[in-house]
Amino acid sequence: MINRYPLWKYLLIVFLLVIGVVYALPNLYGDDPALQISANRMAEVTTDTRDKVLKVLDTQQFPYKSYELTPNSLLVRFGDTETQLKAYEPVREALGDNYTAALNLAPATPTWLRDLNALPMYLGLDLRGGVHFLMEVDMDAAVKQALERYVSDIRSLLREKKLRYLTITDDNGRVEVKFRDAAERDKALDVIHSEYRELVLADEVRDGSFFIYATLGEKEVLETKKFAIKQNITTLRKRVNELGVAEPVIQQQGDERIVVQLPGVQDTARAKDVIGATATLEYHMVDEEHSVQDAIAGRVPFGSRLYKERDGQPVLLLKQIIVTGDQIIDASSGIDQQSGGPLVSVTLDSKGAHQMSTNTRENIGKRMAVVYIETKTETKMVDGEPQRVTKRVEEVISVAVIRDHFSKRFQTTGLDSTEEARNLALLLRAGALAAPMEIVEERTIGPSLGQDNIDKGIQSVVIGFIFVLAFMALWYKGFGMVANLALGLNLVFIVAVLSLLQATLTLPGIAGIVLTVGMAVDANVLIFERIREELRAGNTPHASIHAGYEKAFSTIADANITTLIAAVVLFGFGTGAIKGFAITLAIGIVTSMFTAIMVTRAVLNLFLGGKRLSKLSI
Amino acid sequence: MQILKQDTHINFLGMRKVAMLLSLTLIVISIASIAMRGFNFGIDFTGGTLIEVGYPQNVELNQVRQTLADSGYGDAVVQHFGTATDVLIRLAPREGVSSAELSDKVLASLKGANAEAAMRRVEFVGPQVGEELTNDGGLAMIYALIGILIYVALRFEYRFAVGSVAALVHDVIITLGVFSLFQLDFDLTVLAAILAVIGYSLNDTIVVFDRIRENFRMMRKGTPEDVVNASLNQTLSRTLMTSFTTMLVLFALFFFGGELIHGFATALLVGIFVGTYSSIYVASASALALGVSKEDLMPVEKEGANLDDMP
Repeated sequence: MINRYPLWKYLLIVFLLVIGVVYALPNLYGDDPALQISANRMAEVTTDTRDKVLKVLDTQQFPYKSYELTPNSLLVRFGDTETQLKAYEPVREALGDNYTAALNLAPATPTWLRDLNALPMYLGLDLRGGVHFLMEVDMDAAVKQALERYVSDIRSLLREKKLRYLTITDDNGRVEVKFRDAAERDKALDVIHSEYRELVLADEVRDGSFFIYATLGEKEVLETKKFAIKQNITTLRKRVNELGVAEPVIQQQGDERIVVQLPGVQDTARAKDVIGATATLEYHMVDEEHSVQDAIAGRVPFGSRLYKERDGQPVLLLKQIIVTGDQIIDASSGIDQQSGGPLVSVTLDSKGAHQMSTNTRENIGKRMAVVYIETKTETKMVDGEPQRVTKRVEEVISVAVIRDHFSKRFQTTGLDSTEEARNLALLLRAGALAAPMEIVEERTIGPSLGQDNIDKGIQSVVIGFIFVLAFMALWYKGFGMVANLALGLNLVFIVAVLSLLQATLTLPGIAGIVLTVGMAVDANVLIFERIREELRAGNTPHASIHAGYEKAFSTIADANITTLIAAVVLFGFGTGAIKGFAITLAIGIVTSMFTAIMVTRAVLNLFLGGKRLSKLSI
Repeated sequence: MQILKQDTHINFLGMRKVAMLLSLTLIVISIASIAMRGFNFGIDFTGGTLIEVGYPQNVELNQVRQTLADSGYGDAVVQHFGTATDVLIRLAPREGVSSAELSDKVLASLKGANAEAAMRRVEFVGPQVGEELTNDGGLAMIYALIGILIYVALRFEYRFAVGSVAALVHDVIITLGVFSLFQLDFDLTVLAAILAVIGYSLNDTIVVFDRIRENFRMMRKGTPEDVVNASLNQTLSRTLMTSFTTMLVLFALFFFGGELIHGFATALLVGIFVGTYSSIYVASASALALGVSKEDLMPVEKEGANLDDMP
């Protein structure tokens, strides 16, 4: 008997349908605006935290829908975005520095669906709003820094071993050590070699002096680069956590790039400041013995350096660093009780505390300066070739007289604004970057545009869909309705697969869905045109249906596979948005094969199979 | 409903000289335009900063330009985007200011002039990334063409593969030509659309080829020309139907999908229009010109035999 499906095929279709519907379902529930509260170091989110938050919300009369407390975070859902935004500041203030509150959109999926792992589609930044950064790590700088470390390491090694050298410098990508005589040099060579096996060493005699040249081995250079990017990712994570962003994405891309995606971030300027900054602090003593005027005239004393204060005032500081940013274990911002200006309270580690203690004990009454150092990297086009420039911006942010002997804890004042104090505290806490980074690509979508994109995207899918449905029904009548059913199911399946894979849905992705809707009918058009041909050739309805499906199949498969090839190439090439298009296109092709061939056939078989037919509604 | 007669007998190949001339003219114009005018590349490829700002009411572009010029951004290109309340600002990379700061500063100056100005979108692409995207984009197109060439050669015959790729190149060049001639914005989504055109146009070509192969095997008599003509007529209503439904949804995307997706929809509309024409004329005519004959297509092994009973 032709045009009959065995039972298992019907069951398979029903089974897939149920799965498709269940996994597409979460997308109908939408999102709740929510506040996500998580703890920084040393703090925990407990019932106390919850009570504190709820109390703030109750006293200030911000109605909330519900809350969920998990070991690491607290999620409070609101009825509308306005309440969510209003509640944000008070909650953040009430919780203090140890907690971060992030604005978030929490899926309002019912629990039974969440238990099945059914989640709504993951919306890309162009749909939900947010910031996307592509950062490039300055690897040359990373290698140079590593070399500088070796300069000081070798210096202390030689001192420790009591080997006398003349100079030790960083010379064009290698460490140069100069000796007076060969015997001393050879001893040093042995010592350096046994201590730093990763260095490639060479010796040379020039102008009566003896030299050792140390370069980083190939493997060491590779390791250094790997370390730099890993370290930068770690630092970025910490910084982003401090910013309070829900669901951030921080990933390595290629050998020297890092992708940072911050969904829903509204204050993009601050995000950029915090992420891109390579700021750190150094504490120096002011050179009280020499005159600033002489230094400006060009006679800078050995061991000192000329800096500028914020207002442009020159100041002469000793080169010796008392404490650097990486010896800071904690920093928080606050308000100076006396002056009312912003300040940053700093806590040092034991080594830093010791250095600070020694220094302040000896220097009471003298002045100490805080230097704020920022490394900026940018790429310029020079003669059509991109060229990287690294700039070091150094600024003295405060000069204060040491009134007292202090060590582990102290405060820095002289900052411009509370905002700046907050950012500085954050940067000091989150650590410095191993190598400077540059933002090479930025895509920021404001929240209003994101919503616009969703609305317009859905609108065009719906309108295009209705057009096609109407047209198919008009053209192929009864069979057209069957094809329309398949088309509707195809949409459900695309959404279900996207949700299941948690692939990112972008605006071009929606375009891909629209395009698939248009192309999905192609399979049915092919089949139906074949059936019409068979009917015209005088075959019986049943034979025509059978032959139509059979003959059209290989054509459909060929046509779809070639489109799939294009989709795969697109995916491989793809950056974010393009990938989204490729994914929906590929998924659409596969699901449409199933719905347009199997499902329509099943429906036809179910209604027409085994019946006597004199004509078909086609 | 059937608009086309049940059996069309249009002598498509009889018009192939005219078609060839038309195609050649279009290709020459396209290449000339691409060579002389180039593309209006978006910042995805050129690098630079793009800022979209939304205002609650209609806004005068001259005011915006003035504000920007006062803040030292006289070189900014300012235009409306979609509606009169939206403004698009394009800035070339500049020295001494990092890109991150640039957009912040521009936004700050616009907000200073009109507090209601709201950031809708900021895009910055560094010169190194732009260059990579241009290279990768070109490569992607070549890879897609090669992949398809191989598949068609395996599935059909090399002459068909050449014919289909000729049609693809034809479609891509003319679509690119339209973007160059009218200086439409060429961004990443347009590139994606052109790759999709490759997939789509091929889809069309394959359907025709499939029928040609089948007819070569089935029709006992008739010159290759007759066979190709018959195949084109048999698939005509399908070709038009599918193109029509796809165009329907693309028009929906064009008119309702928003400004961001405009270029994408335009590229696909042009591409599919040209692709429909090329699968009728260019693909079959080139396969024929290369001398496809009955003998080439007689089944050596029964292709697709295991596929036939699948549905």
